[in-house]
Amino acid sequence: VAERVKAKRPLVMSDAEIVKEFLVESYENLDRLDQDLVALEKAPTDRDTLASIFRTIHTIKGTSGFLAFNQLAAVTHVGETLLARLRDGVLALSPEITTALLAMVDAVREMLGSIEDTGKEGERNDDELISNLTRLLDSKEEAKPVPEPTPAKEETQTNDLPQPTANIGAILIKQGAAKVSEVYEAMQQQHAGDPRHLGEILVERGAVKPEDVVDALHIQQQARGQGASESTVRVDVSELDRLMNRVGELVLLRNQIVQYSNSMEDSRLLETSQRLSLLTTELQEAIMKTRMQPIGSIWSRFPRTVRDVALGCGKQVRIEMQGQDTELDKTIIEAIKDPLTHLVRNAVDHGIERPELRRTAGKKDEGLVLLRAFHEGGQVHVEVVDDGVGLDYEKLRNKAIEKEIITANQAARMTEREITDLIFVPGLSTTEKVTKVSGRGVGLDVVKTNVEKIGGTVEVQSTPGQGTTVRMKIPITLAIIPALVVTTAAQRYVIPQVSLLELRHLEGEEIQRSIQLIHGTPVYRLRERLLPLVYLGRELNVDAEEGFSQTAAGPNEEIQRVDIVVLRTGGRQFGLVVDEINDTQEIVVKPLTRLLKSINLYAGAAIMDDGKVALILDVLGLAQRAHVTSDVCDRRGVEKPQMSPELTEGSQRNSVVLFQYGEKGRMAIELALVARLQEFPRETVEFAASQEVVQYRGQIMPLLRVSDLLQCQPSKEDENRADPLQVVVCSDQQRTVGLVVDRILDIVEESFVIDRGTGRKGVLGSAVIQKRVTDILDVPALIAAAAPSQVSVGAHA
Amino acid sequence: VAGQQFCTFFLEDQFFGVPVQQVQEVIQCQEMTRVPLASEVIRGLINLRGQIVVAVALRHRFEMSERPESQPRMNLVVRTDDGLVSFLVDEIGDVVEADEEDFEPPPATLRGPARGLLRGVYKLQGRLMLVLDAERVLNCGEDSV
Repeated sequence: VAERVKAKRPLVMSDAEIVKEFLVESYENLDRLDQDLVALEKAPTDRDTLASIFRTIHTIKGTSGFLAFNQLAAVTHVGETLLARLRDGVLALSPEITTALLAMVDAVREMLGSIEDTGKEGERNDDELISNLTRLLDSKEEAKPVPEPTPAKEETQTNDLPQPTANIGAILIKQGAAKVSEVYEAMQQQHAGDPRHLGEILVERGAVKPEDVVDALHIQQQARGQGASESTVRVDVSELDRLMNRVGELVLLRNQIVQYSNSMEDSRLLETSQRLSLLTTELQEAIMKTRMQPIGSIWSRFPRTVRDVALGCGKQVRIEMQGQDTELDKTIIEAIKDPLTHLVRNAVDHGIERPELRRTAGKKDEGLVLLRAFHEGGQVHVEVVDDGVGLDYEKLRNKAIEKEIITANQAARMTEREITDLIFVPGLSTTEKVTKVSGRGVGLDVVKTNVEKIGGTVEVQSTPGQGTTVRMKIPITLAIIPALVVTTAAQRYVIPQVSLLELRHLEGEEIQRSIQLIHGTPVYRLRERLLPLVYLGRELNVDAEEGFSQTAAGPNEEIQRVDIVVLRTGGRQFGLVVDEINDTQEIVVKPLTRLLKSINLYAGAAIMDDGKVALILDVLGLAQRAHVTSDVCDRRGVEKPQMSPELTEGSQRNSVVLFQYGEKGRMAIELALVARLQEFPRETVEFAASQEVVQYRGQIMPLLRVSDLLQCQPSKEDENRADPLQVVVCSDQQRTVGLVVDRILDIVEESFVIDRGTGRKGVLGSAVIQKRVTDILDVPALIAAAAPSQVSVGAHA
Repeated sequence: VAGQQFCTFFLEDQFFGVPVQQVQEVIQCQEMTRVPLASEVIRGLINLRGQIVVAVALRHRFEMSERPESQPRMNLVVRTDDGLVSFLVDEIGDVVEADEEDFEPPPATLRGPARGLLRGVYKLQGRLMLVLDAERVLNCGEDSV
């Protein structure tokens, strides 16, 4: 047996590699251990959980002894002994024992960390832990008989040394089900070229009974451990990154070839390139999949976190999870780990009340923290929900005034929604007592910054007395992102689409009308709201040397046209003025070298279709540089002009796009259904089957005039043929339509209830939005009626 | 024991060498994407078969005068700890084999940027080859010398 074991281990495996493998394996096991231990508290006699915990510690002990990590071996040894007694029912689990075991897990984790960093366990003194564990070994008074004590020895044996995998023939012989000679003959038959399994051959020859083979397979399966390890391999993430990058390039190359073949009128080339295209897409998706991890992989630590925090502040908290299987890119999982941990701690520490308070409020003693993850609109939503006390708006308001974040005057005018956003302002913490866990005034602002760094957003909703929900919306992957390409000073730049709100194109006298100066600072009047303008060329300092950008000098009379990209970041909106808006593209994000990171204006680089490199703008960095958001603490930092003035408590909060149709009509579309707000010059409108259409992102998009649909007179503005069409692009899963409206009024987020009683065709119902009765358009019905099918034009990525 | 091999290049009239193991390849001067607000030493980004390479103006690093736009430049692409970096040089020379015993550290009197950028000097027949420390070219980046 010894020889076989030796032969199985690759000879080239160095000590360092063994240690590395040991670390990787142990970390995985430890994560499960935290979860197991907390689960065990709920079901203290669960044999499977106990056995699983025992196995993990046992494995670590064994390997650390073999690798001469003596301290690690010493700690795990006592832990193992304690666990053995629990498993055998000699001892019963008490909170004290759980805490001690968790402390042991922490010590193990620390040592592993130190081994990873330095190769050594580090100087440490675990005497107290060891003596504590030893003391608990004899705390017999709590011991209760456990239903069916199993013979301990036997189980240790099977778990201790995984037996080398025996072949099926050997097992059959050992079981006495087959004779040696028969197995030998069957093997000969296999050698001679029979492709079937040994068991099959034996059954066919009548040498064994089928059920014996099934039994033998079971035994073999067990001997192999879980069996799963044979179908998986560990791959370094950097390896996957490289692969991902290569595939990204392949996609771009594919795009070029498809473009070329479309222009060639060569049917064979066309066919081949289409197959290449399909294959590339599949390959890309497959590679992306390999980088995906279920979010549950980081949630697994939270039962432990919740337990510790709750214990520390005398609360009873239960954690529930929904959507653990929701998958996210590995890098994103890493990036949200800390923010999520913070939110979970916060929910327990600040959110959930003490049992006595909860009882007075008519709630159950035990509070609930719910983690929820799901896909929506190409993003992943991750929510941390608690049923605790909710935000105290009065307290927040006072605190903000006290800390001089806002003035009393401002505070009086602020809505609850705006006050809610105050919790993201640095230096504001409302807990009177600073606890070990939170209340140090750093926190939510950091959470917000970190989530925004990866292109996500954070929102808070709270109902006083009923609880708080923190919702993060994060992209599924960072590797390939949709982006807008713009040009300034004859060079292209890429803007990630997550920050993009809308595009504005101004011409002629409209420029003077809508761009004004406040003490030399240009602002743009966007739907009766002032939007600070940032000139990209000026921020990048490229105008002067090129002398190219005409917009650099700000608004003056010679300017013929201005293109504004309306962006949102850090809760603020601003207009970025560029020389030209090119188009939207999927880009592969490439990291920038360390040499360029300090500039803080670029989020990476991308290789464009023509093979040239373009820089990806870091919208947050840009905003900070232009002082749009650097003043987060500034008094203006919390004023959000787009916020609706009033909120109805308890009803659902929705984002809608408000627009005008006809002379006076006012309507709303749910923002979730809107893909984009876009202007199309009137001359780009074409006709297909007597239907107005435009070309949009390589597709033919039908245009629907809302005025026509609702059978009313278009407004006068519509006759002004110079104005571009205002189009709300809406899409469902497969189809896209453009709704032509007369004027886009605003985007608002507000609570309202839809009254479905209007009965008009194309109208879902009406609601009170911004204190006015507003009809809600029934977009899905319109799409279904107007766009039965769609034709693709040209190449698309 | 045979000496080390160096890929050589010229800046003005000076003769430099980089160990061949560090050199990825030599390419013609490429179209570059400017990086606004970056240090002046960084001339731009190049797409080298899907990899993004930072182009460093070596003349600028040594505080030499700019080479006139009209004259061609070459890219010496070198592997560094920070990934691929391309040095913009005037001209590429031959691969030279140099003997360890001909090596000397930079003279103690050497001042200016070169002091931090050179690993030493090989006394070749008829001329000196200055050995460039590629990592240092990037490391002292903006802040030092």
